[in-house]
Amino acid sequence: MTDVQTQVAGDERIKHRSRFREALIRPELGGIIGTILVFAMFLIFAGDSGMFNSQGVLNWGQISAQFMIIAVGACLLMIAGEFDLSVGSMIGFAGMLIAIFSVTLGWPVWMAIIVTFVIALAIGALNGYIVVRTGLPSFIVTLAFLFILRGFAIYLPQTIERKTIIGGVSDAAQGDWLAAVFGGKILTGLFQWLGDNGWIAVFERGTRKGQPVVDGLPMLVVWAIVLVIVGHVILTKTRFGNWIFAAGGDAEAARNSGVPVNRVKILMFMFTAFCATVFAACQVMEFGGAGSDRGLLKEFEAIIAVVIGGALLTGGYGSVIGAALGALIFGVVQQGLFFAGVESSLFRVFLGLILLFAVILNTYIRRIITGER
Amino acid sequence: MTSSQPLIRMQNIEKHFGSVIALAGVSVDIYPGECHCLLGDNGAGKSTFIKTMSGVHKPTKGDILFEGQPMYFADPRDAIAAGIATVHQHLAMIPLMSVSRNFFMGNEPLRKIGPFRFFDHDYANRVTMEEMRKMGINLRGPEQAVGTLSGGERQTVAIARAVHFGAKVLILDEPTSALGVRQTANVLATIDKVRKQGVAVVFITHNVRHALAVGDRFTVLNRGQTLGTAKRGEISAEELQDMMAGGQELATLEGSLGGTV
Repeated sequence: MTDVQTQVAGDERIKHRSRFREALIRPELGGIIGTILVFAMFLIFAGDSGMFNSQGVLNWGQISAQFMIIAVGACLLMIAGEFDLSVGSMIGFAGMLIAIFSVTLGWPVWMAIIVTFVIALAIGALNGYIVVRTGLPSFIVTLAFLFILRGFAIYLPQTIERKTIIGGVSDAAQGDWLAAVFGGKILTGLFQWLGDNGWIAVFERGTRKGQPVVDGLPMLVVWAIVLVIVGHVILTKTRFGNWIFAAGGDAEAARNSGVPVNRVKILMFMFTAFCATVFAACQVMEFGGAGSDRGLLKEFEAIIAVVIGGALLTGGYGSVIGAALGALIFGVVQQGLFFAGVESSLFRVFLGLILLFAVILNTYIRRIITGER
Repeated sequence: MTSSQPLIRMQNIEKHFGSVIALAGVSVDIYPGECHCLLGDNGAGKSTFIKTMSGVHKPTKGDILFEGQPMYFADPRDAIAAGIATVHQHLAMIPLMSVSRNFFMGNEPLRKIGPFRFFDHDYANRVTMEEMRKMGINLRGPEQAVGTLSGGERQTVAIARAVHFGAKVLILDEPTSALGVRQTANVLATIDKVRKQGVAVVFITHNVRHALAVGDRFTVLNRGQTLGTAKRGEISAEELQDMMAGGQELATLEGSLGGTV
């Protein structure tokens, strides 16, 4: 202790890292690069196609927002060391519940939404409970729920209404306060003002002459932004966030340090279910109805967005901002291909390629962080 | 080094697992500020013994007094709260997390902003850097991932963490068994620093030289029994080695190996 100076002299074998390299070592790296790349690409190839005017931005903005909502849940869960493959089925199932409760049973829409959220959270908790109690991989447990929930999403409307699509939610939702939280728009005044000043497109003729084509920010987008911010703050700035990292990094070490790992994991499963239900509620309000096949494959798209965002499949590392960027890349590319006049099936090719690229990049970043060789 | 009252007094501890007798009447006293080495070969009952001490196992028979009071811990968290901390060889640190996040894992400092409570990263980073400097570890920064630290440094972080959070008894489960020479020296130096702060260190090892380097007293476990506790200077490395191995057999073996074991 007398000779602090020599002790702090450092290890001569640790190479100095430049600040630039240091800045690169962050989970969001892949997401940032990807975002810049896709925007550059579409500005060049689809810059004059209307992709970047107000309607175009709203178009890919909404698709991106959809991805973001489920990616935030999948991201926190993956960092906590688990997967949820039932997200897509949960979207279909929850949407169907809202439609059945409000249309078939005639409940007020707010009640239908609240009861659906309660059921979804309970299913999320059940998922988590089974995983932590049995110690089975969450991959298997939630795969079971992928089929169970999808099955119910088809069976319920088939049995009750003899069809797989239930419409008429729009009429039921008229004037409902909670429906507006998922299907409404905000900042309409701002958009009108932007239109009046000629900064965004307005209708040239017809009954809505003078009104902006995009007349407000959809609640779907608001939800996405709020969830991303809340998720990011919880993960990086709170005690619970530290527990999420710890639970996924090494559950045993976390338990030894007094982290309630099981509680953290179950809560994350519930949060994933919550995000899926937000997605479902927004979608039902937007389309005015629910379909049995809604949300198909969304679980994988969420996971891919999260991986592009730099999270490790093995847990313990990742970023909500990165996942949000991954979702943004998704939305921009999916819609951008349409604007650029490219066959839209190529989207899947792109998906596969970018996933591969992201995983390889993440592995490399992880090696740098942990000093593995 | 000889405080009047032992911090932990374990008397005639027996532990049975079904028909297996893991511990057959072990007695050990742990004093504050001493490094008590618990030696034993694999299967001697070291792990069972420390798990009993840290509240993971309940003894089948025998008494444990902690600070003069009969000790009863419902689970290991109670033991940690009472000041008995165990540092495991592997299960201590999370490589992907930063040193400061690891240091405060489970004990996160909180700062209130309005109705919300946030992880106080400034405080955590400052304390982590201070504590690491005290232990002679030079971090690039508090955000450095634990995965970049060497095995010895990780043990040191874990030890510093336990002491910072008020451990009175520090149980180190084979902290040096997977380490190289220089890293081992670092960990042993850390043990010495911690002992001088008045913390009782229980150092589990099967390496006699590591034990002799820092130990004040030595207890050898063999097949669930103790062969008594010896003070520093009263016992030689050869004697400890023989006691661990149960005498005869190793002596023969050692002869054939030229006394290098």
